[in-house]
Amino acid sequence: MKVTLKYFGVIAESAGKSEEVLELQQGLSVRDLKNQQIKKYQIQDAESVQIAVNQNLDKEVELKEGDEVAFLPPFAGG
Amino acid sequence: MRYDRQIKLDEVGVSGQEKLRNASILIVGVGGLGCPAAQYLAGAGVGKIGLMDHDKVSITNLHRQVLYNEDDIGKSKALVAKEKLQQLNSEIELVAIEKALTIENSEKLFSQYDLILDGTDNFETKYLINDACILTGKPWVYASIYKNEGQLSVFNYKNGPSYRCLFPKTTRQNVSCEATGVLGVVPGIFGMHQAMETLKIILGVGNVLSGKLKLSNLLSGSEQILNIQKKPEEIEKVKKNGIIPVKIECKISDESRLYLDIREIFEQPRINSAKVIQIPLSDLDERIWEIPKEKEISVFCQSGKRSKKVVDLLKAEYGFENLTNVEGGIETIISETTFDS
Repeated sequence: MKVTLKYFGVIAESAGKSEEVLELQQGLSVRDLKNQQIKKYQIQDAESVQIAVNQNLDKEVELKEGDEVAFLPPFAGG
Repeated sequence: MRYDRQIKLDEVGVSGQEKLRNASILIVGVGGLGCPAAQYLAGAGVGKIGLMDHDKVSITNLHRQVLYNEDDIGKSKALVAKEKLQQLNSEIELVAIEKALTIENSEKLFSQYDLILDGTDNFETKYLINDACILTGKPWVYASIYKNEGQLSVFNYKNGPSYRCLFPKTTRQNVSCEATGVLGVVPGIFGMHQAMETLKIILGVGNVLSGKLKLSNLLSGSEQILNIQKKPEEIEKVKKNGIIPVKIECKISDESRLYLDIREIFEQPRINSAKVIQIPLSDLDERIWEIPKEKEISVFCQSGKRSKKVVDLLKAEYGFENLTNVEGGIETIISETTFDS
């Protein structure tokens, strides 16, 4: 299944891109996807990173074809 | 007829203008976000505006904090902002508060205002604002910037989610605009978004951005709104325990050395170690005698710039031969970080 990943802030910098489409195995959980990408891009402070599936934060759902997953770090600048 | 152009709007009218006149808001941090918000809210006739900032105007503020000018360098932001905004609108009450927000002063202060506007630039204060708003029952208008991106939301509004519902866990990556760089326009736009949310709340019109997080990247032009889940346990724990201090502490990687931390006490993260002498730059004159001359000492600040000046000065004026500057500041000497929230 194809899933679109969106990265924000420092995560986009670690990944070197703000968006990518990945071919993932059917039934992959949000948690597994998060862990996989955190490892891949060596994203720091993983606990603070929030994930939204189809614009909904904190939904533990099974991913499906066409989903959009956002990786969101806290920002502090002002 | 100062407010004629906004009273003409159905959403405002004479009764809306009366609501604005009776409203009071506290702006915590009168910097990149707080300045533009304060200017437009003062212009709109918000009856009482608290301007809280412990900082002074510096020349590197001027590209984004355009309320200030060159003559204001070195002066208190809260006082200068009050003076400037009073010239813009003499009919409103402006209160300058030249202090940092603390666990001790936040609840008493917040209880004197209807709404809090967050113009801060660090996580510790954002959690503090959040908790004090929960305890005093006040909504707060949040924004944060990272380079060309910004986040915007309204928390604790009519039983909506809180900041802890969005970010239950914090991060060490407390990167300010000073550290990363920012175009002045970016906090400018987000400060204006905050002013708009504030007006919507006071007037009771439109859709307040509660339970939602707006993300925009002003460079790419992409925008997104995410739905925030309310986590009642995150709100209840504050109601039960009071303000929960968020401390970000880190360890130094080389404990065999001695360090001098010249950052101000509010600069984060703090290092808790017997190997670190803490003398904020603002106290340095009176406390130079505390710095040993017989041991090698690494001097650091947030970025390495202020500490370089301090090393040069102490060498030239006071004969210190044992000091070296830490290039790159605190990030280069820390190894591990613990969070406590």
